[in-house]
Amino acid sequence: MNYTSLLQDKRLTILLSGEIDHHSARQTMEAITSKIDVYLPRRCVLDFGGVTFMDSSGIAIVIHTLRAMEELEGDVCLANVPPQPMKVLRAGGIEKLVRFGAERSPA
Amino acid sequence: MKAENESVLQFPSLSANEAFARQVSAAFAAQMDPTLEELGDVKTAVSEAVTNAIVHAYPDRIGPVHLRLRRLAGNVLEITVKDRGCGIADVAKAREPMFTTGGAERSGMGITIMESFMNSFSIRSVPGKGTTVRMRKKLTGRGEAACKP
Repeated sequence: MNYTSLLQDKRLTILLSGEIDHHSARQTMEAITSKIDVYLPRRCVLDFGGVTFMDSSGIAIVIHTLRAMEELEGDVCLANVPPQPMKVLRAGGIEKLVRFGAERSPA
Repeated sequence: MKAENESVLQFPSLSANEAFARQVSAAFAAQMDPTLEELGDVKTAVSEAVTNAIVHAYPDRIGPVHLRLRRLAGNVLEITVKDRGCGIADVAKAREPMFTTGGAERSGMGITIMESFMNSFSIRSVPGKGTTVRMRKKLTGRGEAACKP
């Protein structure tokens, strides 16, 4: 599990890549929280474009990010979600909680 | 039911073995010619079952996790994940969506996902003795899927 982050106009984009499971979830959550705390964005985009596998740990990461952004009265958007992670997110009912989009910040 | 092929392995409850367990399961399932979606479902279900054993069965020690993979008649894959950990006091409660006794990195959706991604799911647990999860999934096979109208 690796990630890169981009900030543009108060929009923080976290580019996730590799495999998301329990082994890497806590570290990823801490990294996302720390970026949100530093940049205080209005929107956090979790970009799943590079994710090759995800289990329910990914649901926990999205919920954790949602809570952190709610504290800032901001929102969360999920972008470029491949089919396997999408199936897991749907099983977790995440589409009722966050917006999905194809947006990506220019690098 | 007699297995046409079978593999049994045991590994310690280290979180690094979550990826190992799902890769082994995907490699075993490959002989059954699964579709990409079916392979994703199998990997996800194995990841959930093995993670539960690692996180919940052995909360404060490292213990053995058994993974058995069987190919049954009709292109059915059977996966059994067994531990000798603390067991589950209330299995009905554990099966409820969003229920977890794990930390912030757990969503409480593991069992719900195993139930919905596999064709059958059963769980047996004895407090103090351990837990066994058994799942089956019929794999369509890419050849068979291609013949569908």
